[in-house]
Amino acid sequence: MIQLHNIDKHFGSQHVLKDVSLQVAPGQVTALIGPSGSGKSTLLRCINLLETPSAGQITLGDASLQFGHDHAQPGRQDIHRLRLQTGMVFQNFQLFPHRTALENVMEGLLVVKKWPRAQAEARARELLQQVGMAHKADAWPGTLSGGQQQRVAIARALAQSPGLLLCDEPTSALDPELASEVVAVLRDLAANKMTMLIATHDLRLAATLADTVVFLEDGRIVEQGSSRQLFLQPQNPRTASYVSTLKEGLPEDW
Amino acid sequence: MPEWLKLMVESLPPLLYAGLVFTVPLTLLSFACGLSLGFVTALVRLYGPKPLADGFRFYVWLIRGTPLLVQLFLIFYGLPKAGIVFDPLPAAVIGFSLNVGAYTSEVIRAALLAVPRGQWEAAYSIGLTWAQAMRRTILPQASRVAVPPLANTFISLIKDTSLAAVLTVPEIFQAAQRIASVTYEPLILYTETALIYLAFSSVLSAGQQKLEARFGQHLHQAQETK
Ligand SMILES: Nc1ncnc2c1ncn2[C@@H]1O[C@H](COP(=O)(O)OP(=O)(O)OP(=O)(O)O)[C@@H](O)[C@H]1O
Ligand SMILES: [Mg+2]
Repeated sequence: MIQLHNIDKHFGSQHVLKDVSLQVAPGQVTALIGPSGSGKSTLLRCINLLETPSAGQITLGDASLQFGHDHAQPGRQDIHRLRLQTGMVFQNFQLFPHRTALENVMEGLLVVKKWPRAQAEARARELLQQVGMAHKADAWPGTLSGGQQQRVAIARALAQSPGLLLCDEPTSALDPELASEVVAVLRDLAANKMTMLIATHDLRLAATLADTVVFLEDGRIVEQGSSRQLFLQPQNPRTASYVSTLKEGLPEDW
Repeated sequence: MPEWLKLMVESLPPLLYAGLVFTVPLTLLSFACGLSLGFVTALVRLYGPKPLADGFRFYVWLIRGTPLLVQLFLIFYGLPKAGIVFDPLPAAVIGFSLNVGAYTSEVIRAALLAVPRGQWEAAYSIGLTWAQAMRRTILPQASRVAVPPLANTFISLIKDTSLAAVLTVPEIFQAAQRIASVTYEPLILYTETALIYLAFSSVLSAGQQKLEARFGQHLHQAQETK
């Protein structure tokens, strides 16, 4: 079970996340939508602790951390443990350019998990296969298309079998054709019951992939519900107006 | 054999001896110490606590703003007045290392900053610690940027070690001065000396290209397949 309790985040005087509570059921895909600057990236980054929440509680599987003045700052070990429960996919891939596709996927297994090389390589090849990139195992990231890089990045994020995959606008740096090959990989993962939290501006992605959609505005969760409900019968007028601006992106059978 | 060539051939062994026994070790040792110092300085200035970072910034400012020759004189002739006495060679190594440290720290700092922040985040996101991210993700990419300017510093250093002659270190230039003063052939001797320095720095430039190729593997390959 993935639970966020009353997460607050301040950047200086700016209050970016306001009392965000969220549950992600195992095996489900949750899409995080909302206007630019609403705090989607910050929320994802708080979950894997690239940012430290100002207050609140994060529970991932059997690891749980509390933040805020009343609690001791979490130690490095705690952060490390929680972080290993998540994998992160970045908008602009962030593959290590000096390592081949295969080495990118192996990195965490070798360095963090301390697996023997052969075992790490076997696992990495298997993951590349899964994202359809086995034929490019020995390629440098710089020689790959954006869509290919993002698929390798997904394999890298999955290497240590995290319980939750965080994707921050995984397709928004890609043209539609390349985006669709990444969406296909994500759909495949969803079919295999991978728990995912995806921040996206792409309603098509959210509508076709997500079980639950969360609408975030100005650091607050305004509304959440099944993707059908949120897109077709939004309860909150703010949600309705945001969704309506993006409706053109929806598939025809909606 | 003409006289000048004969003199050159005869003086080659003592000059090469001075080069191999003094200039080369002095250069390598000073560069190794200086590079380590530069690395530490860069790290402290980027990631260290403010007072310490300020201390290192002061050091860089001091060294870069004063002539190397004055620094060497201060260490070898000045400090003994304060009760701190060095032999010529250690004095030279200290002077050159401090100098190299100050200049390379700026190069290393810039190279580390040139690696996008997202690379740190990608490394952290797969569970690497700060030290692991630095060593395996950031440094290899920063090295690519840093090698050419560091090689420049290194080549400057080879030539600058001739200043150690004024600290009575019997390196190439001092050996040349000694021979020139007994043969009265400064033109020939100093030409030969210049050629020896040229040979040394040329060998090192070749080494630089090897290093660049190594750290830039992924770039070369990327260009080839495009
Ligand atoms: N490191 C930071 N320091 C200061 N302010 C920040 C930082 N990161 C984000 N912010 C601010 O927090 C707010 C939320 O940013 P965030 O990137 O989470 O939004 P977002 O919903 O992901 O937007 P987008 O759709 O444009 O990606 C913005 O106002 C942003 O300026
Ligand atoms: Mg964002």
